[in-house]
Amino acid sequence: MSERGEAGIPPREETMSKRTTGVLDTSSPPSVPARKVEAAVPDLLLTQEHQMCPGCGEPLAVRQFLETIDELDVATRAIAVVGIGCYTAFSGSMDVDLVQALHGRAPSVATGVKRMRPDALVFTLQGDGDMVNEGLQEVIHTAARGEKVTCILLNNGVFGETGGHMTATSVIGQRTKNSLDGRDAEYHGYPVLIGDLIAQLQGAAYVARGSVHNAGAVARTRKMFKRAFESQLRHDGFTFVEVLTMCPTGWFIPTADGPGYMTETLGEVHIMGELKVDGRIRTTQELHDENVAKQREHEAHFAAGGERGG
Amino acid sequence: MTTVAHRTLMEGSEALARAAIVAGCRFFAGYPMTPFTELLEHFAKLLPSAGGVCINAESELEAVGMAWGALATGARAATGSTGQGLSLMQESFSEITLAELPLVIFNMARGQQDYFQATRGGGHGDYRHIVLAPQDVREGVEHVQLAFHLADKWRNPVLIYGDYLLAHTQEAIAVEPLEFPELPAKEWALDGALSGSGASRSVTPLGVSKVGQPAMGQEGKAQYLASKIPLMEREARVEAGHLDDAETVIVSFGSPAKFVKYAIGLLRAAGYRIGYVRPITLWPFPYDALAAAAANARRVGSFELCAGQMIDDVRIGVAGRAPVTFIGGVSTDHSGFGVGRLLDVEAVAERILALHEDRELPIVPGYESFSYQLQEHQA
Repeated sequence: MSERGEAGIPPREETMSKRTTGVLDTSSPPSVPARKVEAAVPDLLLTQEHQMCPGCGEPLAVRQFLETIDELDVATRAIAVVGIGCYTAFSGSMDVDLVQALHGRAPSVATGVKRMRPDALVFTLQGDGDMVNEGLQEVIHTAARGEKVTCILLNNGVFGETGGHMTATSVIGQRTKNSLDGRDAEYHGYPVLIGDLIAQLQGAAYVARGSVHNAGAVARTRKMFKRAFESQLRHDGFTFVEVLTMCPTGWFIPTADGPGYMTETLGEVHIMGELKVDGRIRTTQELHDENVAKQREHEAHFAAGGERGG
Repeated sequence: MTTVAHRTLMEGSEALARAAIVAGCRFFAGYPMTPFTELLEHFAKLLPSAGGVCINAESELEAVGMAWGALATGARAATGSTGQGLSLMQESFSEITLAELPLVIFNMARGQQDYFQATRGGGHGDYRHIVLAPQDVREGVEHVQLAFHLADKWRNPVLIYGDYLLAHTQEAIAVEPLEFPELPAKEWALDGALSGSGASRSVTPLGVSKVGQPAMGQEGKAQYLASKIPLMEREARVEAGHLDDAETVIVSFGSPAKFVKYAIGLLRAAGYRIGYVRPITLWPFPYDALAAAAANARRVGSFELCAGQMIDDVRIGVAGRAPVTFIGGVSTDHSGFGVGRLLDVEAVAERILALHEDRELPIVPGYESFSYQLQEHQA
């Protein structure tokens, strides 16, 4: 077990003490029993059951774009094109007309769909192995042509389905089954920052990189999906949403450590934020600087006695 | 004939593109490659005004992917290349067949060296494509329309096996729509309308399905598709001539078959008892016609412009009823794109007559120096 893993699981006693000293008093039953205030199942999901590993970030991302399609009231013209990876298992549970594509080839298939059905909301669902390794040229050319489709990348920096192998987005130092001592720039080369590449292309109208490592990130990612889909429906051009997703199985860490490991490794390289909006491009470096500035602002706010969320 | 008035002189590529559009093709994607390039040019020129789309794809991989997407919406769509470009597309061809999408594929081949690629399934898995091999532009116009019909009829790709001659010969052509039996509506085609209804559709090569819908599983899907293959074998088409008293039967397909037929006409006029079989579909191969033709023959020759590929099917059809000899050969021009020195009526007639008279095949002038010499360690 890694050092991180040991540190990541708090001892039982600590957990118990937190429960009794936390914000909510849980020492006695609540006066009103807990109840569901609204349906927890998105309308575009046929079942909540899924075959992902515990701690996987993909179901969170899938839920966000399905709910966004529902919110925009465009379900009856939504067509998905799904690549090959763990997320392929969602092709059976997403209640959306769907084409199953080959590994890497979804953007071209989506092109064919959209050209024949210009009024449809067409999106791909791909992983980093699928999009950035096998099919890099597909997504680049589709973006350059300005195809009115949305490519969704679930980026966990690893081939999850094969059991944790290095991909083109694995970060320097990342341990995978075929980079056992960590990805070495000299030996393995550098990761591709795909969002940055795509943002540079004239055909790309909206490019964003989100994450699902905590509730705030999920909410921001949800907005990115909404902006991308709205942009597609306005026929602005190619739209792209990358979502960093946890893969504790493929990262060989304890399940609960996923979000923390992600922000400290992948999240430090593939920086969250909107890389292109209304023609304005922001680089990963700019996003990083902005995020750091924002973080410092928050820290100063707390240090001065400010409240969270204030 | 009233149709004469409608004839226009045009090159084969234009006639094939026009035939596709007449058949309802509304999407084409391709990547330039000689001698296929002009077909792409004509689709690019003609499709937009017909309400369609032609994309000059960035690679063959992307071209076939785009056609895949267009097909999934129920549109009639096609792609193509030369055999070399089709090699790149093979992974998608396999999966498109498993997804039961009616793709039409054009191979404007460099010679006849792609017979195995076309008929054996060049990609992975158990599948077959119906392969039509027109002998000239006129037949090509019919075959293209037939290809779209058969593809929809069986929900299976159909390949047009052409060549430099088919793509580039100028003929006076009338591209008239042909009548075909009506086909059922494509209820499987995606438009998004059923998304969110609990009955959304999926077009997939896999044996999976949506939750709540019957699923075959990978094994079941493979079984299901395998059981379609013998049914599609009913589509075998063949032309034969001069077989009644033929001692020698020559088998050939595509443009070279037209040369073979002409040469046999000349030899017949000179009194030689020689007939021919021209497979119109390379898959399904007309094995029964071969068996019947060989029943009373003394010898069968396979004339094809390659190292000998169709001869395997000829042997299967003849099934030992007569000896089968390869009388063709590799034959392209110096560039490898065009027509070689074997595609010449005199040369063809000479080889047929040599077989008929049990003589050694004449050496094609200029080809001797390209013979592989056995080396000492190989002896």
